[in-house]
Amino acid sequence: MKPAPFDYLAVDDLAGATAALADGAKPMGGNQSLGPMLNLRLARPAALVDLSLVPELRTVEESAEWVRLGAAITHAEIEDGEVPDPTGGWLRAAAANIAYRAVRNRGTLGGSLAHADPAADWVIVMTGLCATALLAGPSGTRRVPLEDFLTGPFATGLRDGEILTAVEIPRPGAGARWGYWKYMRQVGEFAKASAAVLVDRERGRLRCTVGALGRQPLVLAEPEALLAAEVTPREALAQALPGRSPADLALHATALARALAEAGIGDAA
Amino acid sequence: MKRGAGPTAKGVGARLERREDARYLLGRGRYVGDIRLPGMLEIAFVRSPLAHARLCRLDKPAEGGDRVFAAADLVGVAGIRADSGLPGFRSSVQPILAEAKVRHVGEPIAACLAETRALAEDLAERVELDLEELPAVHDMLRARDPEAPLLHEHWDENAFLETAVDRGFEAAIRDAAVVVKRSYRTARQCMAPLEGRGCLAVWDRHLELLTLHSATQMPHIVRTGLAECLGLDHGQVRVVAPDVGGGFGYKGILLAEEVCAAFLAMKLDRPIRWLEDRREHLIAGANCREHAYEVTGYAAADGELLAVDCQAIVDSGAYSSYPFSACLEAAQVGSILPGPYKMRGYRCRTWSVATNKPPILPFRGVARTGVCFAMELTMDALARELGMTPEAIRLRNLVAPAEMPFTNITNKDFDSGDYPEALRRVVEAIDVQGVRARQAAQSGGSRIGVGFAVFCEQGAHGTSVYHGWGIPMVPGFEQATARLTPDGGLELRVGVHSHGQSLETTLAQIVYEEIGIDPAKVKLVHGDTAYTPYSTGTWGSRCIVMAGGAVAAASATLGERIRRIAAHLMQADPDDVTLADGMARAGSSEIPLAEVARTWYRAPQLLPDDVDPRGLEATEGYKTVRDTGTFSYAAHAVVVSVDLDLGDVKLLDYVIVEDAGTMINPMVVDGQVHGGAVQGIGTALFEEMPFDAAGQPLASTLADYHLPVAADIPAIRILHMETPSPLSRFGQKGIGESGAIGPPAAIANAVNDALAPLGVEMTEVPLTPERILRALARAREVAA
Repeated sequence: MKPAPFDYLAVDDLAGATAALADGAKPMGGNQSLGPMLNLRLARPAALVDLSLVPELRTVEESAEWVRLGAAITHAEIEDGEVPDPTGGWLRAAAANIAYRAVRNRGTLGGSLAHADPAADWVIVMTGLCATALLAGPSGTRRVPLEDFLTGPFATGLRDGEILTAVEIPRPGAGARWGYWKYMRQVGEFAKASAAVLVDRERGRLRCTVGALGRQPLVLAEPEALLAAEVTPREALAQALPGRSPADLALHATALARALAEAGIGDAA
Repeated sequence: MKRGAGPTAKGVGARLERREDARYLLGRGRYVGDIRLPGMLEIAFVRSPLAHARLCRLDKPAEGGDRVFAAADLVGVAGIRADSGLPGFRSSVQPILAEAKVRHVGEPIAACLAETRALAEDLAERVELDLEELPAVHDMLRARDPEAPLLHEHWDENAFLETAVDRGFEAAIRDAAVVVKRSYRTARQCMAPLEGRGCLAVWDRHLELLTLHSATQMPHIVRTGLAECLGLDHGQVRVVAPDVGGGFGYKGILLAEEVCAAFLAMKLDRPIRWLEDRREHLIAGANCREHAYEVTGYAAADGELLAVDCQAIVDSGAYSSYPFSACLEAAQVGSILPGPYKMRGYRCRTWSVATNKPPILPFRGVARTGVCFAMELTMDALARELGMTPEAIRLRNLVAPAEMPFTNITNKDFDSGDYPEALRRVVEAIDVQGVRARQAAQSGGSRIGVGFAVFCEQGAHGTSVYHGWGIPMVPGFEQATARLTPDGGLELRVGVHSHGQSLETTLAQIVYEEIGIDPAKVKLVHGDTAYTPYSTGTWGSRCIVMAGGAVAAASATLGERIRRIAAHLMQADPDDVTLADGMARAGSSEIPLAEVARTWYRAPQLLPDDVDPRGLEATEGYKTVRDTGTFSYAAHAVVVSVDLDLGDVKLLDYVIVEDAGTMINPMVVDGQVHGGAVQGIGTALFEEMPFDAAGQPLASTLADYHLPVAADIPAIRILHMETPSPLSRFGQKGIGESGAIGPPAAIANAVNDALAPLGVEMTEVPLTPERILRALARAREVAA
């Protein structure tokens, strides 16, 4: 379990990283997902460019409306409150339950989102919070809502040579409620089922998101019906994913029910 | 009074802090992986990607091919043979590197050498294999089918051994009021010491000596096996076990990889190291536990257990491993299934079948974990059938204290104890009444249940038990050497190895108990065949009984010689001399042991004329009064909560009442029980190495192979009983494996207690959410 030979490139800035990508290097964040694949020789890049120390990706910006966390901010930095949490603790709580501390010490927000594991925490949490991905590439910068950025299992809308630089998380309004629930058999595992519920009436953001479905997060089209208990989580999922059997969706329906309960939405089971 | 009893206690019974803790907790141990020698090369093995195939050709790469070694290069090396003398045993040889055929995924085919493991893996990638795939035997229940392909083509069926025992079975079942029949399964597991296997072989030209540094728990046995495979005199082989990061049985086995590394070190005259990585460990190494049972229990209307009938299959994998063989597990099933219970009749047939999987190896508890699962679930099934409580049916049938010593239906000699009292105490401690009240009031999406397991553990059993199995290793007398050093300290040499058993502490406590030398001044020398007496090593919960007894005997002999010299120096009668706290005392006189030692080593002119010329070094051998084994025993009780939506099992409370006889150090006993129980919880809830129909292992990383983690484990409460064994030196009983035996049975019984009202009865471990949800769905279908 030793990687095949590869070149490791450390760069001074974002421009250097962009140039390395143009030369064919693959991007590497905290290396917590890529590392095992390298060791198993399932990933065999000729060169890796290390984004985790790129200064532009380590920045934090704040406004009255949002906080932008650089893509190379680690899960541990969010967990420990070393960067601002616009949600008043929801991000910190989510970060604290990602894998285990050794992974959180190195794993990065941007690395997790760009890797786009369907069961990863930030993939569902950031989608559930209506966050936006900020991208920079050879032809400039652009903004993409997370639900559009994530296009499939382990797939994103990143174009050739483009780098995820930051995530913009909107500040919730007064009285906003949030529920995030995931099922892991054991601490440290990826979720087998997960769901996030955001009820932010002041800002007009209602969102029920379901993760760990083997695809990009599912954003339910009609959250109001769920919040009003006009449909059950089971029914909502069956409607949204008609191709899947009820048995396959049972755990996810449970996750959604429990996320609703965490958000204080009645007895939604 | 025992020295252990006082406030400054350091002897038998003392809760002495572990002497080895500082080294381990500060990361200052030295493991095989910490040893680097000049000129050392690392091995990466080319391993079989297929479960069953003919090896038609192997092409070494043009560049670096001289660093690649295949079977044909191992000139003069014999494969590993571990035959049993039991009648009907089918013999096989485990090749060091596969020759004509591969028989499981991960079997070593070629050894590739380079300065680093990474470079060796690069080289291994360039070795090309031409394999002709054969149908694989992956299902132990069908391994003996006539149409199954044969692993070992000189056999007539895929079975190492079949055993049968019948003790008055037919006569016993005539009065049966109830009969329950169940099928049970325990999954194939991979025992997972923190440190994997590993070895470093060095050929010393000056001494003409091969030294194998190995992560082993049985260095002398490895030496014997290695010498036989390599055709060397034993005097040319030295095995050194440095710090070893857990063994659990895996590290009792002679590995083909070790033989290969040793051969290459001699051939190339360079140090050769192999460090198992976790992938090798999971796919090719530490397989264990896979049993299937058909059990029928017969009981009278009053709950008396009349008889048990069993057919058991153990998936022994492809080869018979050295030294325990492929039949230890199944043969043990036949002899220990009755557990701690009385019964009138018993019948059991077992098969050790061969499949295209890695050899099954003994793991802490060996067959007892599966046996306890099968027996204790049967007891609960009978109780439900009879309308009795689980505790009542057990109390009805457990061997009673007045019957001790008791010879059970398979001629196991239970030495002592009060089994019913252990159960009564655990029933009280777990608060069964409270659980029943909570059950009556529960609603919503989860259910709680309580479950029990009672068992006894034969430990430190010796010659009379093992010689009948005819395996390559039969334990006899255990020896220890005690040497008073010139400064009055004590050097203690034992052939067992301590890798978590805390022997550096507990054996020193025994020295203190015998001759009063402070444990801090006792140096344990172990894990080196050059320095220690021959021993079968650390296995079978034997160390504290056997090595402890030997240390006591050697200390006593040494003490006698110390007293004679001290008496002369004090001008006292030797019979008046007592040894305590590092001093020899007679009346009002006293001298330090250092003075006695100084006299022997450095001022022999002061010795008496009739001094014992053997001096201040004594080797003594020891056996228990009867070598049929000490029987520790335990009652486990657990309260679980089952989430009906998730199928998830949470452990709410866990109590263990156990009897280790006289405890040399109660903290160490607790540690053994805790560690074992966590592994048992792994068996119960998490650990499973599945294989597909092609014989491919499906859990090749720790992301797929689930070990119990801290968050899964409740605060386990341990309550002690202390019935001294009449067989051992201080009354101590082997307890090393005990904790790992009970959890699967207790937890499954608790889950069944929780789910029985919903029509669910689980009979297979691990109790994964998937299995529980499937069973719940099936029960709903039946009810609908």
